[in-house]
Amino acid sequence: MLLSVTGLSIAVAAGRAVDQVSFTLDRGEVLALVGESGAGKSLTGAALIGLLPEGARLAGGRLEFAGVALERLAEPGWRRLRGRRIGAVFQDPLAALDPLARIGDQLVETLRVHHAASRPRARRQAAEWLAQVGIPAARARAWPHELSGGMRQRVAIALALAPRPALLIADEPTTALDVSLRGQVAALLRRLATGQGTAVLLISHDIASVAAAADRVAVMYAGRIVETGATAALLRAPAHPYTAALLAARPGILHRPDRLPAIEGTMPPPGATVTGCAFAPRCGRADARCAAEAPDLPPHGAACWHHD
Amino acid sequence: MTGGRVAGAVLLAAVLAAAAAPLLAAQNPFDLAHLDLMDSLLPPGSPGFPLGSDGQGRDVLSAILYGARLSFLVGGLAVGLAALLGMPAGLVAGYAGGWTDALLMRLADAQLAFPAVLVALLIDGAARALLARGRAEALAVPVLVLAIGLGRWPQFARVVRGAARLARGRDYVAAARLAGVGGGRILFAHVAPNALGPAGVLFTLSLGLAVLDEATLSFLGVGLPPTRPSLGTLIRVGTEYVLSGQWWTVVFPALALAVPVLAVNLLGDALRAARR
Amino acid sequence: MSRLLLTRLLEAVPVLLISAAAAFALGQVAGDPLAALGLDASAAQRAAAAARLGLDAPLPEQYLRFLWAALHGDFGFSIRLARPVGALLLERLPATVELAGAAFLVALAAGIPAGMLAALHPRGLAARAVMAVSLLGVSLPTFLTGTLLILLFAATLRWLPSFGRGEVVALGGWSTGLLTGSGRLALILPALTLGAFQAALLLRLVADGMRGALASGHVRFARARGLPPRLIRRHALRHALVPVLAAFGMQLGLLVAFSIVTEQVFQWPGIGLLLVQSIAAADVPVMTAYLVLTSVLFVALSLLADLLALAVDPRLRQGRGG
Repeated sequence: MLLSVTGLSIAVAAGRAVDQVSFTLDRGEVLALVGESGAGKSLTGAALIGLLPEGARLAGGRLEFAGVALERLAEPGWRRLRGRRIGAVFQDPLAALDPLARIGDQLVETLRVHHAASRPRARRQAAEWLAQVGIPAARARAWPHELSGGMRQRVAIALALAPRPALLIADEPTTALDVSLRGQVAALLRRLATGQGTAVLLISHDIASVAAAADRVAVMYAGRIVETGATAALLRAPAHPYTAALLAARPGILHRPDRLPAIEGTMPPPGATVTGCAFAPRCGRADARCAAEAPDLPPHGAACWHHD
Repeated sequence: MTGGRVAGAVLLAAVLAAAAAPLLAAQNPFDLAHLDLMDSLLPPGSPGFPLGSDGQGRDVLSAILYGARLSFLVGGLAVGLAALLGMPAGLVAGYAGGWTDALLMRLADAQLAFPAVLVALLIDGAARALLARGRAEALAVPVLVLAIGLGRWPQFARVVRGAARLARGRDYVAAARLAGVGGGRILFAHVAPNALGPAGVLFTLSLGLAVLDEATLSFLGVGLPPTRPSLGTLIRVGTEYVLSGQWWTVVFPALALAVPVLAVNLLGDALRAARR
Repeated sequence: MSRLLLTRLLEAVPVLLISAAAAFALGQVAGDPLAALGLDASAAQRAAAAARLGLDAPLPEQYLRFLWAALHGDFGFSIRLARPVGALLLERLPATVELAGAAFLVALAAGIPAGMLAALHPRGLAARAVMAVSLLGVSLPTFLTGTLLILLFAATLRWLPSFGRGEVVALGGWSTGLLTGSGRLALILPALTLGAFQAALLLRLVADGMRGALASGHVRFARARGLPPRLIRRHALRHALVPVLAAFGMQLGLLVAFSIVTEQVFQWPGIGLLLVQSIAAADVPVMTAYLVLTSVLFVALSLLADLLALAVDPRLRQGRGG
């Protein structure tokens, strides 16, 4: 077991944004964390690389990564892990690369920081990495603004994977891209990561990317995981009504990529007092029990009273 | 906002004290007949001279009160003039666009390439060359107001133009236009009110800068004459005694200048923060 | 790259022409080109001189002639000193350039580290102190800073001279105070005075820029990649310097404007002191020449600032944002 998260809770000013989340991740495995914006996916990812935004803090839980208790790490300890052992790719490829440095130089810098390699060797490795993500070596001297969004995100993937981390947090790595590119970039991410034994926590609300890259899926709603399962099985036969609604409302080719699945009603925000199942007000199958009592998440399956 | 309140209170006190100078001051420092050279350069705390006296036998406290009155008057009038010139120019440029806009803004840009205090200095110099020597002294206040006001109009034009352009794109302005409301009415009823907020912040900050402009010109000897000293003139005259140890001739007028300007800057920062 | 530069060059032309027109108008309205003849010149003498100087020609022709003469550094004679204005300015220029240069170094050396400090530890005691001092710095007029420095270091402690340039050495046409002990001592207080205001402005620009850069996506990604704080600070500083460079031309312009005040405070024999003395004496040709000289200087400095910004930010070279 590479990563074991038990009872992770994260508090923001309004209240709990992530509540008692637990999951595990094996070496070389890809776990997708899906759900609407605001469900707590990104905060979970940020906690795993020690970069929680200002105003958010860990409120409990154990994060065990390769024998290290991440929840107890202070900044110097995080610095030894970041990049080398745990990497990250973020949503916005436009903002991720330093606009004032050539992409090759950014790769060389990262490689040299982690492997203390000689400059010529780092340069060779940088060219190899660019080739791996499908960018001709000649473009190493390009500036970030000269590349397309897809190319930039592939450079960011190379930057994150180049130090060969054991775990990669990929936070919406395909959301900013054109719909037609998403599955392709997600599949590339999976191929390169699993090829070198890197486990990936893929945070996404894009079902196509999840289908292309993930071994297992965990569905989050209002700060909790409501269903887990193997990707193919979960996508084919969702057990939780929320998962089913999410899949049904999945945007087609003609939908604007920034519009999210239209499920009626809204998710309760962090800090809202919820009795019973948080999804009950929006659920077609909800009854008196759903409104009164919150269902637990079984080891395999869905947190739903109507699931058998 | 508490910092802003304290700054506002300090500023108000300073302005009131300056306005009430004739009531508060022990003597009229502009009236040479009342000055006695036997009283010159008395240290602070001397009877009748709480902050000491200067080389003319002037009570420094009285001179500061009267000087601040002149400084604030010139600064206030100059910013008023700058706003009076700059705001209509910006309003028209932003609303009309096109050729008018290009012409006005090119002019503003050309002037903005120079620091305002340098423009004021040159305008002041031209006015002095134009007027004969004696009249330049008599007209010192209007000349200074003109020079400093002309030095600062482009900032108002730019800020107001930005706000006017924003308002122009709004639906209610378009609606008023379609309804056949005249250009002048639209400007005053719909566009101008939008420009007042940012212009107000600029006005506050400009007050401090304009008072500094006046002080700088007077310090350079091309502002108010030593017979009717403003704070800048007092500091310039005072520097002649600094090397011989009469520090009070400079330090007190300097404080009287720096504290209100600091208060204006703090107030401006607070206003800007409040508008966000 | 060259296209942007060309645009900037073309934009500079109207600025130069407008300021030259202002200078010409200044001479027309306020100046008496025949003042050098003295008050007792006869009407016939004046008319002859006017014809010789082309003063009877139409205004546009006179303006063109003024431009042509200005291009050759010919601005006529100073009324007060009865010498060619061009030579007068040239002789005083080194003092101003050395003062402004030294002040600029003071501003860089104080403003950049202090701004970084304020941005990196915004809640620290040192950062708060730095921001308070900078607010004081932009509120204190240059002449007050100078006067207070004189009061402290010259009048009370008697460590440094309060006026003048000390001993100067001539190097070709350039007179420098940097090569003598007294010249260097004399430069300290004026440079601190002129640099203080600039340092306060620079500090605020750098602190704002750094704060923005540190909150940006690429710094977050750099931290996630495990780049050490030293490299991250360097990244962020480079970003903070882009707006600083954009404001650089204006900054140097302010430096020239306030050098007038500093020169007056310390009786520093540069072009600023010459200008103030000329204004007090209504010596219009010197004012005209000063206006033309500074506008050329400002335009050149803002072009230099554009070049530096181009060197740092590749996005500008394509002429499109990114």
